[in-house]
Amino acid sequence: MRVWSRAGAVAVAIAVVAAVAGCQNNGGANANPKVLTYWASQQSPSVERDKEILKPELRKFTERTGIRVNLEVIPFTDLLNRILTATTSGKGPDVINLGNSWAPSLQATGALVEWDDAMMARLGGAKRFTPVSLQTGGAEGTTPTSVPLYSKVYQLYYNKKLFERAGITKPPATWKDFVTTARKLTKDTDGDGRTDQWGLGVRGQAGTIAVHYAYILGSARGAEFFAGDKPAFDSPAAVKGIEQYLSWMGKDKIVNPSDAENADWADVYEAFAEDHIGMMLVQTLGQTLKDYHLTDEDYGVAPMPAATGPGSKNVGSFLGGTNAAILKSTDNLDGATELIKFLTGPQEQVTLNAAYGTIPPVKDAKGKAFETEEAKIARQTMATRAIPLPRVPQETQFETLIGNAVVNWLSDTATGKQPGGEQISSALKDASAKVSAGG
Amino acid sequence: MTISSGARAGAGDETRRRHRKNGDKALIGKDVRNDENPKNSTGLRTRRRRWTPYVFLLPALVLELVVHFGPMVSGLTMSAMKLTQYQLAHWWQAPFAGADNYKAVLDFDQPVGASLLNSFLVTLGFTVVVLAASWSMGLAAAVSLQRTRRGVGLLRTLFLIPYALPAFAAVITWRFLLQRDNGMLNHILVDQLGVLDDNAFFLIGSNSFWSQCVVAIWRLWPFAFLMIMAGLQSVPDEVYEASSLDGAGPWRQLREITLPMLAPVNQVLLLVMFLWTFKEFETPYVLFGGSTPEQARLLSVEIYQNSFVTWNFGLGSAMSVLLLLFLLLVTGIYLAVTRRRASLHEA
Repeated sequence: MRVWSRAGAVAVAIAVVAAVAGCQNNGGANANPKVLTYWASQQSPSVERDKEILKPELRKFTERTGIRVNLEVIPFTDLLNRILTATTSGKGPDVINLGNSWAPSLQATGALVEWDDAMMARLGGAKRFTPVSLQTGGAEGTTPTSVPLYSKVYQLYYNKKLFERAGITKPPATWKDFVTTARKLTKDTDGDGRTDQWGLGVRGQAGTIAVHYAYILGSARGAEFFAGDKPAFDSPAAVKGIEQYLSWMGKDKIVNPSDAENADWADVYEAFAEDHIGMMLVQTLGQTLKDYHLTDEDYGVAPMPAATGPGSKNVGSFLGGTNAAILKSTDNLDGATELIKFLTGPQEQVTLNAAYGTIPPVKDAKGKAFETEEAKIARQTMATRAIPLPRVPQETQFETLIGNAVVNWLSDTATGKQPGGEQISSALKDASAKVSAGG
Repeated sequence: MTISSGARAGAGDETRRRHRKNGDKALIGKDVRNDENPKNSTGLRTRRRRWTPYVFLLPALVLELVVHFGPMVSGLTMSAMKLTQYQLAHWWQAPFAGADNYKAVLDFDQPVGASLLNSFLVTLGFTVVVLAASWSMGLAAAVSLQRTRRGVGLLRTLFLIPYALPAFAAVITWRFLLQRDNGMLNHILVDQLGVLDDNAFFLIGSNSFWSQCVVAIWRLWPFAFLMIMAGLQSVPDEVYEASSLDGAGPWRQLREITLPMLAPVNQVLLLVMFLWTFKEFETPYVLFGGSTPEQARLLSVEIYQNSFVTWNFGLGSAMSVLLLLFLLLVTGIYLAVTRRRASLHEA
């Protein structure tokens, strides 16, 4: 029934817009220079904690500029729908945060202000940012419509105690080593005939995560998922990447089949904290594992293993994270630009990224918080081994379709029916057709 | 009895006589156009009286139009547009697609259509199972409580709990029960009863369909119970007493008395439950954590995916319109058939 009410909400929004379409404001004017509305994404485990982090900082902004900021912190699960509604109605906040993978799709709506050279100059110029993080701002060959705020990359987290017990001295550097290491960690510890400790834990029922693995593993084998902006999901390298992921649970048996049901990261972190799994492949965690009473002594961080073999590329992760953007419907363009300048400034970048456990996308943010092993590895991965997600407007469709397909294949694998390469290839071809039909 | 009905008849005669008198007066009156309304003031009053109900209905009607028909019409419009993220900010300029969206979703050889057909069949199976089980359980519970006296209140409350619980809380609890490693169901089936050798999956694969059915039945059957129980209040005890004197057992009573007497209740009940179940969204959405297995993907989830996740609002709207048409068609046929049967019975 929720579909209907959501459809209803959008439709009502549309009806309202129809009435005011004539007097819509698309230029981003400055009619209301003293107030801003800012939709921040939830970056910490709770909305409340986010507010505690952001409010004192925004107060500084108000003291400096005289502009009052109405803050709303929105969980990622709701954020996209909220932005879509704001986009459709032309009535919404001035500044928004967005998951950087949505950037090209949201850019295509034409509702976001472009960050051309003049706008970037107000932030201190494009050269302040790591190049790959700037690429997440919009589709390839376009002027970006969002700027990076907080960055994350995939990293390997390992349980030091289980490593020591299994006599493993260093984390695996290649995917081949990875499987060998994971096999050593997979065992029946209490002798009841059932395996109760596994090499790797995965969040198997989440499409968003499944597509990350498919993208990273495929890209490391040289796969390109789009030819220009035409979907081409069924390349042999892409198929092999997905097979590699499924095999961890299937042929290699280093993942508990029950993980196919894991809908949340919390399921995986819990298993990690309780010594049921030896490794996790997750985006930069920062403080998250503190909630599970784990410290640096309990776990170590390593770069994502590398692909070997012919045609492989040095890809360890895509660049994940959060961007900020200005809606064209704003009535305070200068104020909105000031706010983003403030948020991307060196000082706020240190404060906020340290609080959230993310990595600053700007080069001039330096601080003690980023001298940990985790942050060093993350920054190194960002600089040398990270690529952006597909920079095409159909990125969201790609994520959903491939994500769902991989989740279903992992379910099949869990029940003992790991799909073969041909089956994967033909389904990927279908998904390409589906995206082409939609564009 | 005779006396009172005679008195009532007498009163009726009196009124009729008075009316006739007034009518005569009107005929005699000069104003021929006003022949039905004896005086102008009375006419005004009658007219006012005739419109008063509609005036009171107006707010409801306006809200109904805005809340229900508005979205329906815009859904219909969107289904004829090529509306994706490219047109979202200026959606009114979206290109006209005519029947293209419908062609795409009804072409079952192509992935979009094939996936829609699959979820249509899943939904159909799901509806049949859920409806049959919920109705039977509701009937069984209502009939068995019909003539029990002790503990009825307690049992009734107990049965109604699933209906009163918020959907999210209830379904998430089911999710915990059905988990493979830590779920209670596997604990009972494998560790305690030893029915299964290995922990089974209930949230993924083909079992997910049945899990979804069980949860939906659990949520829906109390409603059937409630309605049937209310319907049973209108069946007089004397009928049962008379029939048992004639030697009818409980089965015979159920077939020959209870079910026929419940027919009007059942007619509405089944229709309402059908409509609810066919549009079910919360159960799969919460039970499967947002990523519904193919074997359990209901139509509303499919539509949600197409419109809100892959941003193809035209395609999603076309699917919604088809769903609406299908439900209208089924409802129309159902009402026509049940009405004809009812009138045949009366004849």
